[in-house]
Amino acid sequence: MKKQITVAGLAALMALSLAGCGTNNGGGTTPPPTTDTSTSTDTATSSTGYNLQVKDVNGDGIITVGFAQVGAESGWRTANTQSYKDYFVEANGFKLVFADANQDPDKQKQDVRDLIAQGVEVIDLAPVTDSGWEPVLQEAKDAGIPVVISDRQLSVSDDLYLTYFGGDMYAEGQRVTDFLKTYMASNNITTANIVHLQGTIGSTAQIGRSKALTEAAAANNWNIVYEQTGEFTQAKGQEVMESFLQQNKDFNIIYSENDDMTYGAIAALQAAGKDPKSYVIVSFDGNKSAVQMVVDGTIKAIGQCNPLLGPQVGDLIKKSMNGEAIPKITYSQEVLIDSTNAAEQLKTAFGS
Amino acid sequence: MTGLLKRVLHSRMAFALACLILVLLLNVVVTTATSGSPGSFFKIALTNGTLNGPLITILNRSSELVILAIGMTIVVSCSKGVDISVGGVMALSGSVSIWLLGFGQLPQNDYHVKAYVVPLVVGLLAALVVGLLAGLWNGFLVAKLRIQPMVATLILFTAGRGAAKVVGFGQIDKVDVPSYKWLGNFFTDAAGRNVLPIPTPILVAAVVVVVAAVLLRFTALGMNIQSVGINDKASRIVGLKSSQIILLAFVFCGACAAIAGMIATSRIYGIDANNIGKNIELDAILAVALGGNSLGGGKFSLAGSVVGAITIQALTTVLYSINVSADQLPLYKAIVVVIIVVLQSPDLRPMVNRAVGALGRVFRRPAATSDLVAQEGA
Repeated sequence: MKKQITVAGLAALMALSLAGCGTNNGGGTTPPPTTDTSTSTDTATSSTGYNLQVKDVNGDGIITVGFAQVGAESGWRTANTQSYKDYFVEANGFKLVFADANQDPDKQKQDVRDLIAQGVEVIDLAPVTDSGWEPVLQEAKDAGIPVVISDRQLSVSDDLYLTYFGGDMYAEGQRVTDFLKTYMASNNITTANIVHLQGTIGSTAQIGRSKALTEAAAANNWNIVYEQTGEFTQAKGQEVMESFLQQNKDFNIIYSENDDMTYGAIAALQAAGKDPKSYVIVSFDGNKSAVQMVVDGTIKAIGQCNPLLGPQVGDLIKKSMNGEAIPKITYSQEVLIDSTNAAEQLKTAFGS
Repeated sequence: MTGLLKRVLHSRMAFALACLILVLLLNVVVTTATSGSPGSFFKIALTNGTLNGPLITILNRSSELVILAIGMTIVVSCSKGVDISVGGVMALSGSVSIWLLGFGQLPQNDYHVKAYVVPLVVGLLAALVVGLLAGLWNGFLVAKLRIQPMVATLILFTAGRGAAKVVGFGQIDKVDVPSYKWLGNFFTDAAGRNVLPIPTPILVAAVVVVVAAVLLRFTALGMNIQSVGINDKASRIVGLKSSQIILLAFVFCGACAAIAGMIATSRIYGIDANNIGKNIELDAILAVALGGNSLGGGKFSLAGSVVGAITIQALTTVLYSINVSADQLPLYKAIVVVIIVVLQSPDLRPMVNRAVGALGRVFRRPAATSDLVAQEGA
């Protein structure tokens, strides 16, 4: 027992000393995080505090891009990684150094430090979590390496990174709520009783997509009869949907914040002997199987979340090399997938 | 009559049942409040060839936990420790079976199994073999190398999930063949209609319970396991091979984990190595404790553990029903667990008895003296 305590104590000491190193290298002071980065900063251009631009430091004519990726937890992520691997090749003037954090925030911080030590010329960071990034970003800045934040936003001072690039989750949500409004009007549905399956609480996607629904529900007098997180997984989505179905409450719409939870909700409906097609099911992301379900009519619409960010990030990097001003936030091109364009979208849909 | 009542009140099984009834009552209240009709919690309907209703949902959802709780009970009983690797083993066995079913084709097919490379039965057997091997490894560490069970199983607790990710290429690998859904959903015929209206996991859990009960009741195995847990030196002296029995218990627990893993992967017809069986080892241990079994080993009650597992799922379901967010669930579960565990504490009962006794003496004193007087008069 005593030995175990000693070991635990030693481990804690080591962790503390490691954390100490981090902040010291980070230059001591960490800037306070800004409170609101999610809205209305679209038009803001590079702030004065950040004047790094992407340069071919070693002069070999090729830009080395370090990509610190979240992991490989979903079909979306796989497609996202693949688009980077396909685009950042020597034929396009790039070389990719890929670091997979396996969804571990601490490993990812070490990954970024490794990329800095390797002397890559620009870093693309898709953060696992949104906290604790100031020291690491400061280290990159001190080393003169510009950082592009992609996919998930960080609440850090915007003089610590070059730009954010990713989907506008709130706009995705609005596209879907607009669809619901027109769909109800054209099908003479007068009341909306909505089951809201939320993503992992606190994630960028959940915040944006939930906000859009909450606002639309208030504006249009829709009832949200059940709201529960399915944590973006199929198993959890199925379980919470089963629990809801127990209550025998009336509902006609399911608003599910990603495809995996949608699959789970559909399975739960089937297990209860209900026909999924008799409900208005809307989803997000746009995996191939889900788009196929739109073609079949099981899902009525999907707010697409485009994972193919590689080429678009490449364009931003090229702009920065040419010395152009880059906005602090750029959103990727996304559409609403419904019965009118599903067959077309199926050809380019990502994942499986 | 009072003797029987006393026995019932003091039996731990009765307590486990009382907990279950309490949680079910909570369910009844909540479903009555939300649906407006008092009987709706007990309603079981047959729609489109599927039996459904709140009770079915709870039983269906608790299947994995029931299976794990049985394995865990045996391990706790004879090794005086817990197997915390069951979640990791679930992940590993599930991903190995899908890897084998789509052998060599997963990366080309967007990590989907479009058609079985080997028959489904081979894939499921492979999962079972993985579970048995994992149990053998755990048992070897505990029984032969005498490592504490929690430390020994900590290895597969972390490595199991990691290995599952490696085997599954770090992706959520999916199976598109309908028969893969059988184990976790319903048996269906070629047209997709249900052959049996009962969810398969309930049937699988029932089979595991019956097999375990028969093995432990009608052979000496159950008694041997308990005696090793009560005093393994004494058991060795009377001729039991303690280490072999402990090894066997871990192998059995590994097999249970593999079966639970097959059901969980079949439910979502895919392997999500990050999330499958996450934190389920804690629920399994809890089920054993709720069932009135001592985590210090020795005597055990399988029925208690089964009731404990169903109680946990019933609690989870009722919490979801009253809109408790999934990420806050552990807190509410913890509160209920604290209450139940405190009520079950063996030291609490004498305390309560003493308190009740003291109260009783205060009120009974006058009567006692009059009795005495009457005796003297005689």
